[in-house]
Amino acid sequence: MSGNDAYIRIVEVSKHFGDVVAVDTINITLSGGEFFSLLGASGCGKTTLLRMLAGFEAPTTGEIYIDDAPMSEVAPHHRPTNMVFQSYAIFPHLNVRANIAFGLRVDKIDKAESARRVDEVLELVQLQGFGERRSNELSGGQRQRVALARALIKRPKVLLLDEPLGALDKKLREEMQLELRSLQKALGITFIFVTHDQEEAMTLSDRIAVMSNGRALQIGSPKALYNAPDSIEVADFIGKMNFLDASVSDVEKDQAVLDAAGLGKVNAASKADFVRKGANIVVAIRPEKLIISADRPGEGRAAVQGVMQAAAYLGDRSHYYVSIDGAEKPLAVAAQEVDTSLSQSLENDAKVWLSWADDALVLLPRG
Amino acid sequence: MRNISYIDKPNRTLMVYALVYLAFLYIPVLFLPLFSFNDSIYISFPLAGLTTKWYGQLFANEPMFASLWNSVKVGIVTSIFSTLLGLFAAKAVTRYRMPGKAPVVFVIMLPLVIPYIIMGVALLILVNRMGIPLSLFTVTMGHILVCVPFAMATMIPRFEGFDKSMEEAAADLGENAWWTFWRVTLPIVFPGVLASLLLCFTISFDEFIMAFFLAGTEPTLPIFIYSQLRFPQKLPGVLALGALILVVSFIVVFISQWLRRRGSDDFTSSEV
Repeated sequence: MSGNDAYIRIVEVSKHFGDVVAVDTINITLSGGEFFSLLGASGCGKTTLLRMLAGFEAPTTGEIYIDDAPMSEVAPHHRPTNMVFQSYAIFPHLNVRANIAFGLRVDKIDKAESARRVDEVLELVQLQGFGERRSNELSGGQRQRVALARALIKRPKVLLLDEPLGALDKKLREEMQLELRSLQKALGITFIFVTHDQEEAMTLSDRIAVMSNGRALQIGSPKALYNAPDSIEVADFIGKMNFLDASVSDVEKDQAVLDAAGLGKVNAASKADFVRKGANIVVAIRPEKLIISADRPGEGRAAVQGVMQAAAYLGDRSHYYVSIDGAEKPLAVAAQEVDTSLSQSLENDAKVWLSWADDALVLLPRG
Repeated sequence: MRNISYIDKPNRTLMVYALVYLAFLYIPVLFLPLFSFNDSIYISFPLAGLTTKWYGQLFANEPMFASLWNSVKVGIVTSIFSTLLGLFAAKAVTRYRMPGKAPVVFVIMLPLVIPYIIMGVALLILVNRMGIPLSLFTVTMGHILVCVPFAMATMIPRFEGFDKSMEEAAADLGENAWWTFWRVTLPIVFPGVLASLLLCFTISFDEFIMAFFLAGTEPTLPIFIYSQLRFPQKLPGVLALGALILVVSFIVVFISQWLRRRGSDDFTSSEV
């Protein structure tokens, strides 16, 4: 199935609950074997979209195709999808083995084969020896594995995961992320993963759809979303970003000259339509793309002077907040390591210089 | 005393209250077994002597056994049907969005507050009009009517208490609605089903007024007992019967509580 470029097609799908529009005209095409994340804050419609893929909710309008078959008339128990629920939904009256084998009844396979397959997935999720336990004798991470095994034993073409790592502590979550990723690569199953954690989505996904208010704001690889967000919302949601109001004073070919609040005249590359002469736009720059220094950097490099407001030492990196004239909020700066001579001069109220490369600036339409 | 927290501190006043309360509840009941062993047809102190003859008479009492058997039959049929109806109603009320849910629940629950004597008279008129002869069948119908709300009220918390995504998971794993019900829903709500069966049986077994109106020539046990009270010499036999019922009830309640506790151990700690 991998290699199929349009394995799942979500076409113009909307879902209304009374007057509430939970999902608003979503179009997504997924290829087979892809790890795809739906990322957004709670209430953005990502779980509703996942539940429509599973068949628990019917789209109000639009259609979902899996392998070119329309799904709206297909009941959940006939779909080639399986789901890992946020609550895991482990059956409390059954032990781990019976939970995992639950879905095999309808496949009408004999006992020996069934036992063999249960052993196989128990090994896959590293739960050998836990077969006789009940769900209340398992830890959160183990339950998560049971839920995963129970879905995987069905050998689904698409695995739907509804914030499966949300209930785990940070360390376990990171471990499970790696395991999920390598499992998905090994099995070649299409994973659709719902999460509100942008770091998790970035770690795991081939592609991410950033959702807000029922809409898919932008769909792309983690890299594309991080480096070339196409709206303020996406730029703000994925990582940290400084925003400055700007107006376009000149455009020539793909090069724009801007007048940005606090930065003055700056050059930036942009191909977008909204970058027209005289247009009011927003200039964005990532904290780690700003370089902090005590002295003015060399000639020909764009730079601005500011005043240090606050500094936070995080071990592997430090965060600084530098206010510059003309900008509403202090700019956030992230630096991995700063030499000691500089760090001494980086006290509060010290004057510092911020510099950047022209291609570090991202131009966004004003919201 | 230092290690005893505020909440664990013994409180003498409350202890006395609890004892008085228990005495109030159970001393009258304890007169039943006491006088059932008394060698006199008069219920008065001092006790005349120990005897088991009332129990002997009881076991030779054919009409008593017939009415006991009638009550058991009515009770079993009532509890099964009420629990089935209550089970489906509880599932519908807790699981589905449907129009007119509130009025429907209200109508089902209404028999809880209508006096049985009113219900009994109403049903009597109805079955007479419809030409249905009075029998254990009509008693059972009446009992189902009053038991369904109890069954439903017993099972609704059970349905509310378990994660709806369990049923979705079953559907997701390939089971249709019927198998989902058998393999997931029923096992999880089973302690509630058992509780409902016991409760409905008890209510039916105990019910007098409606049975009095709706029974034909075959009396249920409460009707039989009532008829015996007219004859003073039959009273000790009734006491013996009452004492036996008391013992059986205690055993049933004990078993049901034990089942309930075991059920909640299995299920409540497991999920969300």
